[in-house]
Amino acid sequence: MSVMSEFSKGIIKENAVFRLMLGLCPILAVTTMAEFGLGMGIATTAVLICSNLVISLMRRIIPTKVRIPSFIIIIATFVTMVDMLLNAYLPALHAQLGIFVPLIVVNCIILGRAEAFASKAPVSHSLADGLGIGLGFTLSLTLLASVRELLAAGSIFKINLLGAAYEPFMVFGSPPGAFLALGLLMALVNMLSKKYKLE
Amino acid sequence: MDRKLVVSSSPHLKTTESVQSVMIDVLMALFPAALAGVIFFGAPALITMVLTTVSAMVTEAIILRQKNIFGDGSAAVAGLLLAMVLPPTVPWWLAVIGGITAIVIGKQVFGGIGNNIFNPALVARAILMASWASHMTNWVRPVDLATAATPLALGQRAFSFTDLFIGAIPGCIGETSAFALMLGAGWLFYKGHITWRIPGGFIGTVFVMGFLFGGYSGAMAMISAGLFHVLAGGVMLGALFMATDMVTSPVTAKGQLIFGIGCGLLTMLIRIFGTFPEGVMFAILIMNALTPLIDNKTLPRRFGEVAK
Repeated sequence: MSVMSEFSKGIIKENAVFRLMLGLCPILAVTTMAEFGLGMGIATTAVLICSNLVISLMRRIIPTKVRIPSFIIIIATFVTMVDMLLNAYLPALHAQLGIFVPLIVVNCIILGRAEAFASKAPVSHSLADGLGIGLGFTLSLTLLASVRELLAAGSIFKINLLGAAYEPFMVFGSPPGAFLALGLLMALVNMLSKKYKLE
Repeated sequence: MDRKLVVSSSPHLKTTESVQSVMIDVLMALFPAALAGVIFFGAPALITMVLTTVSAMVTEAIILRQKNIFGDGSAAVAGLLLAMVLPPTVPWWLAVIGGITAIVIGKQVFGGIGNNIFNPALVARAILMASWASHMTNWVRPVDLATAATPLALGQRAFSFTDLFIGAIPGCIGETSAFALMLGAGWLFYKGHITWRIPGGFIGTVFVMGFLFGGYSGAMAMISAGLFHVLAGGVMLGALFMATDMVTSPVTAKGQLIFGIGCGLLTMLIRIFGTFPEGVMFAILIMNALTPLIDNKTLPRRFGEVAK
């Protein structure tokens, strides 16, 4: 596998949300508005790239028996940094994402990539993998959040698209609507990727 | 048939019944209640029924890529049943979205007819209720269509039992007339499409719970409290047409009885102790979810099988 293909596989072929179905908790919780989806995606991607890099660098030092606690400590370090950075520079977004920023620590995408990929692969591949998976995750999160925001508020990124007379499809703003929208989008992605042979 | 002797493998007895013939029977059974809805609520009720039915049929025809828009008729039944549980005053776009939702989310995402877990019409109603609650609780009086509250919100003394029975009360298009619903359900009983167990368990439990929790002020008052809970709101429509949906209710005899009693119990728990005035929709949806479990636990013993 080349560095390029390690990067590109994360976008569709091994998309964290629509293919691996990982990290569904933040997906369902923060995707009420497109900007939250984008913010969460970027925060997760930042942590993922950094943790992949460090874990890949340290893969020969970390003893196998204590690898999971070691990964968690590395991941938690970067999550704390992202949390503090967000709090300092984007306090409004930080307030909206709330508990879900610290919870990136237990996001299974990050630990999953650490265990399944970064602990076994060279640094360049691990970086490309983190970037690709993170980008795929951000894209899916933003897509789902845009759909939900459009239906439940008539806007995307707070730009009103459906006019003032639009009566919001409230269910898509609520948690059950998150499941519905995710399921329908997943069906759509599966259908399209079958049609255009993106498997 | 010119040959006298036909040699074939089993089955030898074949029914002439098909999905389409059953669905046409259900549509015929729904006709009296639909007619009552149009008589009481006029043109808005008729428009809503046409919109939900047509949008459901068109959606199904598009998804299944069928040229015949009626198809097996199940989409028409889902659409019409949805209109029955909508207030007559809903805007046209709400009715259309409801029809589409019933087919797409209620039925086709599960794999089409026979595979859906929940009653499609009630799924659509729940989603509409969660999205546009103000439109979905905009009740009107029959005939003059002035804004009014439903019997369940007002309490027992607001309407006479005659009005409750014939359906001259505020409510959803198809749920108000107990008489018309019973007339239609009679046809389904006659054709053998439904048994007494689910409606009997459902209505019986509602009556008993109404009797027990209606205040202890003499036998007559308690009986009329029970009767009121049976006739007001959606119990008749739910028990006779929604809970008896063949796909989403148990197939075993004992299971059907449990299902009916469970529906009645949940309905009354929501009505008496819950924050919603009406609980039929949630009761049936919850029991739909339990249907596979009920079927599993009530499998009749095979002949000669020894109990474990």
